[in-house]
Amino acid sequence: MTHFAFPRLSNRVWKVWHRNKDVFMKTYKVNFLPPLLEPILYLFALGFGVGSFIDVIEGMSYPQFIAPALISISIMNSAFFECTYGSYVRMYYQKTFDAIIATPLSIEEVITGELLWGATRSLIYATIVLMVIAAFGLIELPSGLLIIPFSFIAGFLFATIGMCFTAISPNINALSYPTFLFITPMFLFSGTFFPLSLLPEPIQYFALAVLPLTHVVSIVRALTLANFSVVLLVSFAWIVLVSLVLFVLSVNLMKRRLMV
Amino acid sequence: MVVTVTVPVIEAEDLKKQFGEFVAVDSVSFTVEEGEVFGFLGPNGAGKTTTMKMIQCVSPKTGGKLEVFGMGVSTHQCEIKKLLGVVPQENNLDPDFTVYDNLMVYSRYFDIHRARAERVIEELLDFVQLREKKDTLIEQLSGGMKRRLILARALINTPRLLILDEPTIGLDPQARHLIWDKLKSLQSQGITIVLTTHYLEEAARLCDRLVIMDYGKIIVEGKPDELIKEYAETQSATLEDVFLKLTGKKLRE
Repeated sequence: MTHFAFPRLSNRVWKVWHRNKDVFMKTYKVNFLPPLLEPILYLFALGFGVGSFIDVIEGMSYPQFIAPALISISIMNSAFFECTYGSYVRMYYQKTFDAIIATPLSIEEVITGELLWGATRSLIYATIVLMVIAAFGLIELPSGLLIIPFSFIAGFLFATIGMCFTAISPNINALSYPTFLFITPMFLFSGTFFPLSLLPEPIQYFALAVLPLTHVVSIVRALTLANFSVVLLVSFAWIVLVSLVLFVLSVNLMKRRLMV
Repeated sequence: MVVTVTVPVIEAEDLKKQFGEFVAVDSVSFTVEEGEVFGFLGPNGAGKTTTMKMIQCVSPKTGGKLEVFGMGVSTHQCEIKKLLGVVPQENNLDPDFTVYDNLMVYSRYFDIHRARAERVIEELLDFVQLREKKDTLIEQLSGGMKRRLILARALINTPRLLILDEPTIGLDPQARHLIWDKLKSLQSQGITIVLTTHYLEEAARLCDRLVIMDYGKIIVEGKPDELIKEYAETQSATLEDVFLKLTGKKLRE
């Protein structure tokens, strides 16, 4: 079996999406708490707290600088954790995937449905964070609203990254490796809380090459400030291209794991 | 003139499954006809579950031929799976949902229209006697109730072939008898049933025909009473005596 065979899909992928949405809506109150609360805490502690020592950063106030980062981080976290811990529990502990593939759905469709749901979760969370940040007046409207459709695309990227790790993790504890070796450094070093340009040049290139969050942050920052440049197209192309490759790879890795 | 050629429900020829070096199913051939209850018996690790999974199109075969309703398992997974109901060995009910929602969510995977699904679910809840548990979460069900719900779930698409992998595993006699009654009633409705079991009594009661597997091979095939007659040494012999005689008393795992 090759790692890059393009999966055969049907609109049944949405059945899996629908299942996950139903579960999500059962506990929507607690699910909506993190995206509401987290940006407020970060804005006060970092934006207005640490930020009181910073007059201006790249031509803007510090809360303005970190606001798009907070949206980007919520896009990253919601899809990544949904498609790592969430999918792992459904795959291994609840045997949900086994139950579904006994129906006309294929494993490719199950995994694609999971990825689409991960992306949807990013969209839901990013929208809520966006509203909080808008309430603080830290965002240009209406251009900032473009973040909503963009969060689905960026969320899909983090979903595919998460699913690749889920497919190769021997047990659920092993998911700590990508979380702490990849997600946490990315959270700090992707132009989130300080400009990427402060880092040594080789590390800047490294971040642009392999840390997806850097591209997401630059696009979201441009959208919140209504300040566009052609370079953003490169970031967007990077996101789309890597998503496609990792989508195909994650589906095939999961197929290899589950279709024995 | 209409010529109807009856295709067997399952036809396996030299069917083989290998996991690396290990041969789990070693060139088995068998045929299951429409409307019969066909049993797979054998010690743990004999290859029964692997065979079931190949029939269900969730485990690709390594070699040989396997057709379900005349369709190849490697090429027509989706079409075959539409016609199947599966009761897996492990309980894989959805713990995030109630009894009713488990059935409703499952019906969507088969593209069953909501109105029809609601009607079928009502019937199935009565059939497996779980009406009062409709709004109960899965973790609050007893082992017997879970197995009954899985049976109901397997019937949601009114399957033509029902595959049961150890349907009564871990159940008390009452719960077991209830499942057996349900299976008999399904058989009388003309559904083809394939099951695996360790319980020889279960096989003797339910199966029209059965095979005994060991080390990935089919060692005998026949009707339960014929097998007893053929292989038993005493008058009062049971299928269990035949089983132990053929597969030996050595522990397998």
